[in-house]
Amino acid sequence: MAELISAGAKAAVGPVLPKAPTGIRGLDEITRGGLPRGRSTLVTGGTGSGKTLLGLHFLVAGAREHGEPGVLVTFEESAEKVSANVASLGFDLDALQRDQLLVVHAFRVDPAELVETGEFDLEPLFLLLGDTIERIGAKRVVLDTIELLFSAFQDQAIVRAELGRLFRWLEDRAVAAIVTGERGDSGLTRHGIEEYVSDCVIVLDHRIHEEISTRRLRVLKYRGSAHETNEYPFLISARGFVVLPITSVALDYGAPDERISTGLARLDHMLGGGLFRGSTVLVSGTAGTGKSTLGASLIDSACARGEQTLLVLFEESPDQVVRNMLSVGLDLRRWVEAGLLRMWAARPTAFGFEAHLASLTRLIEEVTPSVAVLDGLASLAHGPTGPEVTSMVARQIDLFKASGITAMATTLAHDETSAAGMSSLVDTWLLLRNVESNGERNRLLLVLKSRGSAHSNQVREFVLTDGGIELVDVYVGPDGAMTGSARLVQEAKERGAERQLDEDLSRRRRELRRRIEEGEAKFAVLQDEVAADRTELERIAGREQRQAADAEADRSALASQRWADSAPRDEAPPDEDEAPPDEEEQR
Amino acid sequence: MTRPRNADSEAEAPASSRETWELRLYVTGRSPSSLRAIENLRLACEQHLAGRHHIEVVDLLENPRLAADEQILAAPTLVRKHPPPIRKIVGDLSDTDRLLAGLQLQPQKGEAM
Repeated sequence: MAELISAGAKAAVGPVLPKAPTGIRGLDEITRGGLPRGRSTLVTGGTGSGKTLLGLHFLVAGAREHGEPGVLVTFEESAEKVSANVASLGFDLDALQRDQLLVVHAFRVDPAELVETGEFDLEPLFLLLGDTIERIGAKRVVLDTIELLFSAFQDQAIVRAELGRLFRWLEDRAVAAIVTGERGDSGLTRHGIEEYVSDCVIVLDHRIHEEISTRRLRVLKYRGSAHETNEYPFLISARGFVVLPITSVALDYGAPDERISTGLARLDHMLGGGLFRGSTVLVSGTAGTGKSTLGASLIDSACARGEQTLLVLFEESPDQVVRNMLSVGLDLRRWVEAGLLRMWAARPTAFGFEAHLASLTRLIEEVTPSVAVLDGLASLAHGPTGPEVTSMVARQIDLFKASGITAMATTLAHDETSAAGMSSLVDTWLLLRNVESNGERNRLLLVLKSRGSAHSNQVREFVLTDGGIELVDVYVGPDGAMTGSARLVQEAKERGAERQLDEDLSRRRRELRRRIEEGEAKFAVLQDEVAADRTELERIAGREQRQAADAEADRSALASQRWADSAPRDEAPPDEDEAPPDEEEQR
Repeated sequence: MTRPRNADSEAEAPASSRETWELRLYVTGRSPSSLRAIENLRLACEQHLAGRHHIEVVDLLENPRLAADEQILAAPTLVRKHPPPIRKIVGDLSDTDRLLAGLQLQPQKGEAM
């Protein structure tokens, strides 16, 4: 609590005003910490504007989250009816009452039953409240709708005086009180009780504009505290009262630095590593630029990681989307069957924004997705007018942000300006654009902005194939970026040049190899010839020796026969006898 | 003071014989209006319901939670417990005519049931 109080008082001058957090998403931010302690807050609005619920949420949040018991005094309904009415919002009043964290006093005031004679006061109400506050240690009190006391009693002067006394008395009890009042024609309340409760005034409004109902809340006055002064839309969801401030920057969302993949590695790279978890992406582009496919890709990759996802379709039916995405290789049906993907075909204009937001909130609570895609937000514009749409989109985005859901919204936009109203609300803005040239249309993707991360400033061509999406580099030449077949031609040209070079080289290689082979072959032949010559040479040398030895032997034998001491060699007759074998060898 | 004679006699006739009126007066301590209411009621009953009324004075100071059970927002509050239906009269009961009207002790009403 202390943190909240100091947070709330940051902008305030002077002593710190103690505050009681309402537990209502959005309202605590607007009031910078909650409602004043020791004071009464007037909540005023028309019938069915949600006054009672705001009060009950305040009490339930106090009891459940802050251990602060509370007292409800209702002049409108029976205690059972109050319990039953809020049970659908997840408030178990009976359990809180059993735990002494809540006491409900219901008074039925029927003027027809009462006769007045002379002076009276409302002391029994004071006594009862005092007793209850003391008994359970109540820190919060809600009086709903206190103005009914004016119709219960005829003597208005007494009622007026007693109410004035009641508010002073509540201040003395140091409880944070909410009193609700019925909006009057001339003033804030029908009986002017704002005269007494002037520290904090919240006005609720339920208006119907172009057949679409919108609830709004405004902090009219908050004495001693800074507060937001705009009108904020709010809704009554399955978790109670939710106020959705339009400017999300004022809200303190957690900002995880975990990155998640878009399903496209190259896009992740362009975004500096993927999307921040819990961030919001706007994908805008003209018709047929592949916005839905981008969304489906994000869904597909989240499902592949086993995460719960939600796909809200504003334009197509789930079956159509499943079929269309299958044609680019994204099988969404298996994720639906695996229970990881919930598709919801929303027709917001048919029910009004409130109902749409309420359904969306319920769905988020039911599915608890970590990734959500809103496909075709532009069709919202068919219904109400511009600012309403922006506000609506803002509220949806806030809803996702507050729930920590990574959200992608795709919207039809013809240029950068037409989606600019939404762009300040999102963290990342991807623009898909059709480029028409050479008689064809091609898709381009660029990152217009991406908060908190470095991102590529380059344009990529976005190609849808049977196997999914591919992001392809765009050729930038003297004639600008080239896409589609121009890019293909360029690619082919470059491929051709490369092939030419390849061929030249390999031809040269082949030639050289052939020449080496030839040379080696020649070399081998020559080696053989050399070897043969050498062998022949040796053989010749051997025969010469043998012949010389034979001749010597012959000569010595002859000499011994003739008893000659020496004789010329060439005269030897046995030469002719041995000639034939020599001739054969030579041949 | 001119006593509404005919009203009185008619009022007394049917109810007096059989029924005892049970009246409960819720007060808050000894506040002036509480004291006045007790006195005014006593006088009125002596006059109009002599011998056939029972008055119980409940002090909410002693048991504030009765206010919730009995749906008492203002004090003093007089409740006619019997005869039915329950009637409530708020104030110090200083206007006897209105008190009698509130209790349906007026001749034109009340006793018929």
